[in-house]
Amino acid sequence: MNKTLLILRHEFRHMIRRRGFIIMTIVVPLIVLLLIGVSQLISGIARPTVEAMTIGYVDELGGFQQYTSQGNTTLVRFDTPDDATEALVNGDINEYFVIPSDYISTGVINRYTLEKQLAASPAVTSAINNFLLSNLLAGKVPEATIARIEAPLNLVSTRLTETGAVAPEQGGYGNLIIPFVFGILLALSIIFSSTYLLQGLGEEKENRLIEILLSSVSARQLLTGKVLGIGVAGLVQVAVWAISAPLLLNLASSSIGGFTSAIQLPPNFIVLAVVYFILGYLLFSVISASIGAVSSNSREGQQLIGIFTIPALIPLWFMSLIMFFPDNPIWVVLTIFPLSAPVEVITRLGVSVIPAWQLVASIAVLVLTIIGVLLLTIRIFRTYLLMYGKRPGIGEVLRSLRSG
Amino acid sequence: MRSRAEVANMLTVEVNHVVKSFADKVVVNDLSFSVAQGEIFGLIGPNGAGKTTTIRMMMDIIKPDSGDVAILGEKLREATKNKLGYLPEERGLYKKLGVLDSIVYLASLKGVDRHSAEEKADELLKQTGMLPHKGKKIEELSRGIGQIIQFIVSIIHDPKLVVLDEPFAGLDPVNTELLKGMLLDLRNQGKSLILSTHQMNEIEELCDRILMINHGRSVLYGNLDEIKSRYRSNSVLLEFEGELGEVPGLTEKRTHKGYVELALDGNTTPQQVLERLVSRGIVINRFEVATPPLNEIFLRVVGKNHE
Repeated sequence: MNKTLLILRHEFRHMIRRRGFIIMTIVVPLIVLLLIGVSQLISGIARPTVEAMTIGYVDELGGFQQYTSQGNTTLVRFDTPDDATEALVNGDINEYFVIPSDYISTGVINRYTLEKQLAASPAVTSAINNFLLSNLLAGKVPEATIARIEAPLNLVSTRLTETGAVAPEQGGYGNLIIPFVFGILLALSIIFSSTYLLQGLGEEKENRLIEILLSSVSARQLLTGKVLGIGVAGLVQVAVWAISAPLLLNLASSSIGGFTSAIQLPPNFIVLAVVYFILGYLLFSVISASIGAVSSNSREGQQLIGIFTIPALIPLWFMSLIMFFPDNPIWVVLTIFPLSAPVEVITRLGVSVIPAWQLVASIAVLVLTIIGVLLLTIRIFRTYLLMYGKRPGIGEVLRSLRSG
Repeated sequence: MRSRAEVANMLTVEVNHVVKSFADKVVVNDLSFSVAQGEIFGLIGPNGAGKTTTIRMMMDIIKPDSGDVAILGEKLREATKNKLGYLPEERGLYKKLGVLDSIVYLASLKGVDRHSAEEKADELLKQTGMLPHKGKKIEELSRGIGQIIQFIVSIIHDPKLVVLDEPFAGLDPVNTELLKGMLLDLRNQGKSLILSTHQMNEIEELCDRILMINHGRSVLYGNLDEIKSRYRSNSVLLEFEGELGEVPGLTEKRTHKGYVELALDGNTTPQQVLERLVSRGIVINRFEVATPPLNEIFLRVVGKNHE
């Protein structure tokens, strides 16, 4: 068998047997799913609680007798605040409010509850709101108008293409989820794989195994085999995530809410995701290899690689900004800057359409950077790989590039 | 013994005027030597003499600044690498990998298929008494045992040339003897072996020829027996019973623990001294023409321009 393939196979097997890799592959999708679920619950997009509530009220103004059933909430009238307090303490009602006699001029409603909370829940607020509104308008406007005044806006947006036809992809929060989750996973996978490559090189350098390897294969075979072997393992990881994501989302949709039905993938998403995973991985692995060559041990190498992985994470930090200001020119810069491009493009895809010229420029810059770093790496690899214990200065590396 | 190299008459290594410097410091300076098939070649010198750098250039791990290296008659190519065995100075293997897996993987990079690698590994593990460690992980092995495993890695693909950098460092006497025996076997199979060490006396008994280097330059090069006789001090070592008395032809008699060293004058041969002693009826337990150990030769050679 070809020696490059042998190294590829060895690195791949070594990688997928690592505890860290297995945990990452299995646990990460679960954690991401959990995070989505929690944020959905907290932000209230998930179905509100269907618990029936009983709210008491004391009508000091008079005239609030109708509409005592508001959805799951039942309103019960009390004659005096003392009666209502007693019922509250006994647990007959969840809370009560008082409509004071000067309500019409002030709009003040006094609410009494046993719960410690910042504000009344949306369900309670809307129940009281609709109860007051309905009673105030009763007899003055038609019934149907009351319903419209309660909920005057039910916004349904439709995106049209330039020709005026309905666009196949409609945007919205559902579209955001997959690209954002994939952006996070992409960043994790790229950083994890390139860190592993760096660690492996560091280990081989520290125990001098690199000398045995180089006395059997060329530096080019060694680097290619390693980069591809770990890259294939990374692809397997992403594939596992991609396959398990819809399954998990479907499982989760029953408990979290039906938001997954709203998910629509941007049309070119899969193709771009694969392209940017491969390019992003290649870029970071050649950077790792060159750092592995110049750094004296794996710990030092990992500190150095941090400088390069931070730009990759920037798009994740700015996610909410990307969401609300999708047209800011800074995103174009991040799309074309090679270190941030993979994650930036994936997350932007969920928010807006990326013009073709930006994608072309981004991919071109990435490819050129990869080739450039690769050439540089092969040059310095042999020179510095064997300089144990001493890291060359930048000036020294530049000198050797000129002379090498 | 010398004739083995002459019979084979094929050079496995030819190093011609090789120079290598790191950051303005010349580490190897105009070094030339050759190694023949079927000989054990000693590359010796003190720490920092340039031995390891020379070996790395031979292995094509680093490139010389000038000069050239031919291995098995040609410039080192990928195909030639399969005929090389190399045990680097400081060693290690993949810690998490099993002994057999490590051997088989590294053998596969030398072009040995899995089946024959496993078979050969079994044979070598058995020969070295390492069979009980076969299923262990590398990290579970002691340093010396790990070194034997690495030695197995360096010879499992039946190389024509084996280069061992400090092969005895860290081995106990039992394993040292085991390794020496295996090295002699390999030589008898017609392989070339290069042993690099700063512990010169350790490999004296193994080497056919040596290259002694200091500060990257060759200071002594050639057949070990010839070198030793060239540096022979004209004296004999003697262990005897009875009274020695006056022996003609001696310039000095130095008494050591258990033996005496007799320095001969320029006109007397050891043979004549022995005849005189025997004719006097002295019981002789040991009579040896004194050859200095390599260490001493080294000190004498570099002493001239040392310090």
